[in-house]
Amino acid sequence: MRSRVRERRGFARRSPRPFGRSSAIPWIYLAPALVVLGGLLVYPVYQLGLISFLEYTQAQVSGGEPATFQGFGNYAELFGDGEFWRVLLATVVFAAACVVSTLAVGCALAVLLTRVRAVPRLALMLAGLGAWATPAVTGSTVWLLLFDPDFGPVNRILGLGDHSWTYGRYSAFLLVLLEVVWCSFPFVMVTVYAGIRAVPAEVLEAAALDGASQWRIWRSVLAPMLRPILVVVTIQSVIWDFKVFTQIYVMTGGGGIAGQNLVLNVYAYQKAFASSQYSLGSAIGVVMLLILLAVTLVYLRLLRRQGEEL
Amino acid sequence: MRRPWRLAAEVSALLIAVVVAFPLYWMVLSAFKPAGEIESSEPRPWTLTPSLDSFRRVFEQQEFGRYFLNSLIVAGCVVIASALIAFLAATAVTRFRFRFRTTLLIMFLVAQMVPVEALTIPLFFLMRDFGQLNTLGSLILPHIAFSLPFAIWMLRGFVKAVPEALEEAACIDGASRTRFLWQILFPLVLPGLVATSVFSFISTWNDFLFAKSFIISDTSQSTLPMALLVFYKPDDPDWGGVMAASTVMTIPVLVFFVLVQRRLVSGLGGAVKD
Repeated sequence: MRSRVRERRGFARRSPRPFGRSSAIPWIYLAPALVVLGGLLVYPVYQLGLISFLEYTQAQVSGGEPATFQGFGNYAELFGDGEFWRVLLATVVFAAACVVSTLAVGCALAVLLTRVRAVPRLALMLAGLGAWATPAVTGSTVWLLLFDPDFGPVNRILGLGDHSWTYGRYSAFLLVLLEVVWCSFPFVMVTVYAGIRAVPAEVLEAAALDGASQWRIWRSVLAPMLRPILVVVTIQSVIWDFKVFTQIYVMTGGGGIAGQNLVLNVYAYQKAFASSQYSLGSAIGVVMLLILLAVTLVYLRLLRRQGEEL
Repeated sequence: MRRPWRLAAEVSALLIAVVVAFPLYWMVLSAFKPAGEIESSEPRPWTLTPSLDSFRRVFEQQEFGRYFLNSLIVAGCVVIASALIAFLAATAVTRFRFRFRTTLLIMFLVAQMVPVEALTIPLFFLMRDFGQLNTLGSLILPHIAFSLPFAIWMLRGFVKAVPEALEEAACIDGASRTRFLWQILFPLVLPGLVATSVFSFISTWNDFLFAKSFIISDTSQSTLPMALLVFYKPDDPDWGGVMAASTVMTIPVLVFFVLVQRRLVSGLGGAVKD
């Protein structure tokens, strides 16, 4: 890795820029971004970590009592709580199900888009953009109405009577999953479609001339060429789906009956803002941060293996 | 491809399009249905007597117009500010070589992963300390910060695509660096900026958590998602009101999307091809 860095610097020296070489310029351009990110992202992350080590409840918020250092006390309390592990497991499984379904639907429809003529393609594209554009809050309420036990069309069509989708734990998660897939598959579909269109037609023709089947073309030609795109959409999906908040909050009424549909994000919010246990909420936030950081590291490794230059 | 296969593919594409568009259709339909028809146990996919009652209720019951304006202000400020800041930063990291460049890029990538929702707690205290609670600023500032990393990361490809020869030519013709930046590079990167701004617009327009957490007492500073939930009471939702409010909230995003649709597709292609 070291040698690669050195190579890059060497490359930079060999291609001088037309406008002088003052090294202050890039920092001037970066200054606004760094100020905003430092103040509103880095500092809050530091604060989040700090609060998670303190005793911080309503008394400290109003300034009545000084915040006392707790060490890992909050974490011990969190990890000793069975509910936390249950929520963590639910979050991971739910996010994984969302990611897999979104990718499968998105990729399948992207391939479908390349096989049809302009009119059906435009129809599917517009429908997808519509779903993508729908705000999470409105999407959630609309799906609730669709699946409403009394007034929704879905139960009528399926003949389910007044079956309530939000009552059972799994059916509530399933309903949220459907909504999440509905509003997030278009990103995958559009991106993968754009990627397939960027593959030169000659390559596909050559493969077809050599007698490759459709499946073989997809597996041995398209998939490897699309790998960078697939990595990007997978990682973005993981990040988005792991952090689902609005859908769960709105569709299951803040985490479902007796918290059966809680995911980490909503759990942290409820701990902090509903029961004023800000330090526990922060500790949950730190756990989420660490998990997503691990995902990022995997992503970086994949990018590096592809030899992408940053 | 053989004919029957293509026909099957086209028919299924159309069917899927109908299924995907159905929730939106149902939303608009329910917004126009008269009260008795929405809350009927025999929901019909059409209405013979469209009415504007739900819309009237939405706009009368609350200061809905004001919330709409608030949402527009917040989203507009975020889109413009983050586009300009991200453009400058993307230029710096793609057209210059300097120390810590790679480190910075990795930091931008990592920053994308930060769960915004987890930061609600410290941001709440930060906003309180600066007296920004209950102001639109408490929504604008964090959203600029959270849309920046992704915007920079995406714009990189667009800035890189502008040939260096252009920069040399501009320099030889005597253009200053500032002039090159704003009069040559900026217009060329504009399609990318549009694609990027879609993301910042949506995440800001949709934001529900910050609005819920930071606008706690002054409802005149509320934004649309909060207003919508007033109609949605879990036990007895006013479905007509919710759907009318949802329709009003969705339309600006749809318009925005349709306007930038082609640039978005080519923009995403450009960003990932790179």
